[in-house]
Amino acid sequence: MDSGIQISDILIVTAIMFFIGVYGFVTRKNLIAVMMALELIINAAAINFIMINKLVFKTNLHGVFFGLFIIAVAAVEVAIGLVIILNLYRLRDSIDPEEITTLKH
Amino acid sequence: MTERIIFYILAFIMIVLSLMSVTTTKIVRAAIYLLGVLMGTAGLFFLFNLNFLGAIQLTVYAGGIMVLIVIAILLTHNVGFGLPMPDRRHMLLGWFAAAVGITVAFLEFTRHIFVIGTENLDDRVAKIGADMLHYGEGGFVLPFEVISILLLTGIIAAIVIAKGGIPHKRPTPPSSKQS
Amino acid sequence: MNWSYTIWIPLLPLLSFVINGLFYGRMPKKMSGWLGTSALGISTLLSWVTAWKYFFNTPHQGPYEDITAWHTTWMHLTDRFTIDLGIYLDPISIMMLIVVTTVSFLVHLYSIGYMATEEGRNRYFAWLGLFSFSMLGLVLAPNLIQTYMFWELVGVSSFLLIGYYYDKPSAVKAALKAFIVTRFADGFFLIGILLYSYYSGSFLFEDINNIPAILESNGSLPVFMGLSALTWGLLLIFIGGAGKSAMFPLHIWLPDAMEGPTPVSALIHAATMVVAGVYLVARLFPAFHASDHGFALQIVAIVGTFSSLFAAIIAMTQMDIKRVLAFSTMSQIGYMMTGLGVSGIGEEGLGYTASMFHLFTHAAFKALLFLGAGALIHAVHSNSLKDMGSLRKYMPISHITFLIACLAISGIPPFAGFFSKDLILEAAFEKNKLIYAVGWITAGLTAFYMFRIYFMAFWGEDKVYAHKPHDPGITMTLPLIVLAIASALAGWLPFNEWVTSNHETLHTHFNIGSAAASVAIGLVGIIIAYILYKNPSMTPQKMSNRLGVVYQTVKNKFYVDEFYEGVTQQVILKRIATPIAWFDRHIVDGTMNLIGNTTVRISSIIKGIQSGDFQVYAFGILIAVIGLLVWLNYFIQ
Repeated sequence: MDSGIQISDILIVTAIMFFIGVYGFVTRKNLIAVMMALELIINAAAINFIMINKLVFKTNLHGVFFGLFIIAVAAVEVAIGLVIILNLYRLRDSIDPEEITTLKH
Repeated sequence: MTERIIFYILAFIMIVLSLMSVTTTKIVRAAIYLLGVLMGTAGLFFLFNLNFLGAIQLTVYAGGIMVLIVIAILLTHNVGFGLPMPDRRHMLLGWFAAAVGITVAFLEFTRHIFVIGTENLDDRVAKIGADMLHYGEGGFVLPFEVISILLLTGIIAAIVIAKGGIPHKRPTPPSSKQS
Repeated sequence: MNWSYTIWIPLLPLLSFVINGLFYGRMPKKMSGWLGTSALGISTLLSWVTAWKYFFNTPHQGPYEDITAWHTTWMHLTDRFTIDLGIYLDPISIMMLIVVTTVSFLVHLYSIGYMATEEGRNRYFAWLGLFSFSMLGLVLAPNLIQTYMFWELVGVSSFLLIGYYYDKPSAVKAALKAFIVTRFADGFFLIGILLYSYYSGSFLFEDINNIPAILESNGSLPVFMGLSALTWGLLLIFIGGAGKSAMFPLHIWLPDAMEGPTPVSALIHAATMVVAGVYLVARLFPAFHASDHGFALQIVAIVGTFSSLFAAIIAMTQMDIKRVLAFSTMSQIGYMMTGLGVSGIGEEGLGYTASMFHLFTHAAFKALLFLGAGALIHAVHSNSLKDMGSLRKYMPISHITFLIACLAISGIPPFAGFFSKDLILEAAFEKNKLIYAVGWITAGLTAFYMFRIYFMAFWGEDKVYAHKPHDPGITMTLPLIVLAIASALAGWLPFNEWVTSNHETLHTHFNIGSAAASVAIGLVGIIIAYILYKNPSMTPQKMSNRLGVVYQTVKNKFYVDEFYEGVTQQVILKRIATPIAWFDRHIVDGTMNLIGNTTVRISSIIKGIQSGDFQVYAFGILIAVIGLLVWLNYFIQ
């Protein structure tokens, strides 16, 4: 490409973003902060789809469409997730993930 | 060359902001840093002439989702509420895993030889719209419909859950009272 | 000739056991007794038919043949080692068949009356059926393994029946004692079986009794302390038999076994099970006789003679009527052992025939004595002779039948005991004068202690009874009468034609001198008892006081029980069991505890993983994905 930006550069940037998101996901002590880390992960994945379509496989627009769908699904996921967190907050008066241990039963 | 410089600047900003977003102890700041990352992503799209996608990124992500998150924060926290830091053991483990993952990804991406296509990508907005509603080869009308239904479902579900309107008790049937 | 119907003889009691046991509480109250009685009745009938067919209706030249009526391989373990079941008919097994089924039938009948007021009599009749089945399986066994199986089964039914009154601590103790002592002996029995069969190469009686063939096929057998392996095997087997037959020093369980219901004592501890040891020695008699010139047989004779004298002495001092009878049983079984011990084979086989004869007559009169004692106990509600007296006035049938039994056991002609006992003494006289002398004295003691209890119970002073004693009902008196007739007349049976060591007719000569001697000593015993106990007097008390320590020693059964208790407490528990327990608790349990604790510790470490914290789970997924990535990229070509 004329801009001279390598696809691998972009992929490395998104990988770093992805794993920072993962770090946030496993360490954050607040459910909303966890959701935000999740946004980072999803965003990194969406960038990958779009950029690979743009720079590598140029015959059609599949990557772009997937990027669009990911953004749409992320919107739904965030909406529902936040509503659930709000409900949880109402029920338990806490949004610390360490106190949400129903999964162990 | 200019584009490369702009890309590196954008990449640097995005990485630093995402780092700050997951490490800051103020939740509102974390939201603001995340907003920065998302806007940087939009900037990346604009850099590659993907104006439509950049616009979507800005409106849906940076606009809609961030507003939702900020409202959720407002409903659950006092603003300026300090986030608890993760304990050292978790932090070290998390960094270790992330570092391993990044290393593996880095090695993989530098090692792999990408076969770059030679033709030009037709990424006009008109083409995107046409393909989205096209039901032939390369058309995405079915996923489009699925996503629209998913969005509708999501909105309804959000309302139902947020209302918390599931009754805890059923009203006692009158017959049981009579007997 | 078809003999396969004989399988029903043991199976019918088993059926009675199964039905009574399974439908324990669900059948009418009186049904269980009649069910058991009719099952045994049919078995008895079949046994008598079998005996009649075998002795009178089978054409044979020379000796009676051994018949294997039915045979099957139950478990095929290796080519050399199979466990077979079968039915083996020969003169002694048929004789035992008659004894076991008849006594068992009469005891069943008697028990209907005796146990009429007991709550758990379905259980009682079920176990009685089990015992009859086991005993029949034992006498019909064609090989040592089957013998051993049924041997243990009679042991366990004996245990169950002794402990029938399980709410009585003494009965529970007695049952355990009987079980443990006989088990102890059975351990030696099993070792003996394995040792013997290892060298003889077979479990079948017809093979193991054929000592010349074993010697021929084996070349030379290992010798230990001057005795061949076969003799050692036989001695060990005899320990098992001595345990079951209550020979000194394994007799301690028999007096305590009198805690069981009296009909049980009559059936198991007088007529059938306790003679199993005698039967076993008779079964293996050719082997006993041929191995090392009959060394094992000499041991049998010594043990038998000593036990008979020992038990007779103790019997003179006991005040519990059933205990007197128990020691009397032991003494009489000692006689049978003596008879076998002094016997030869063929024309010298007088002891063998006499022993089997005595077994037969003893079953009749000892069962009668026990059932008669049961009738007394039923009437007086006490076992103790002190609570009895002048009962002849109230219980004429019991009185007459008991008197017949006493005369029979004392060896007064023409009652049954005279013939069989006299034959044993005669055989002993020819073999060994000392054994004869001991047997002769024992005969006098027997007469004395039997008439002692007879006079104390039926004569003597009139006691104050809560209820007026009376003869029991027809189900109880009928067995008494039948057994009294048998005790009176069984002596006239021509046993020397039927049951002999080589299955041929043995020619016996009536020896007037020996007979006169044994009748004389018997009469002396009776007369002494008459003088001392006919009328109430203080003489016996004075005599026992004058004897002092000796009397106390005898009354306490020579302190054999106390000796055993001391040995178990001081030596076995302190010196052996305690260190083993320590080892078990600290080494064996310690290892197990270590494993358990380690598991607990590991699990407490890894249970943090299953915390329910989704972030931990996500971390796990992350690790797995990265690991998978690395593996796929760098380790898969």
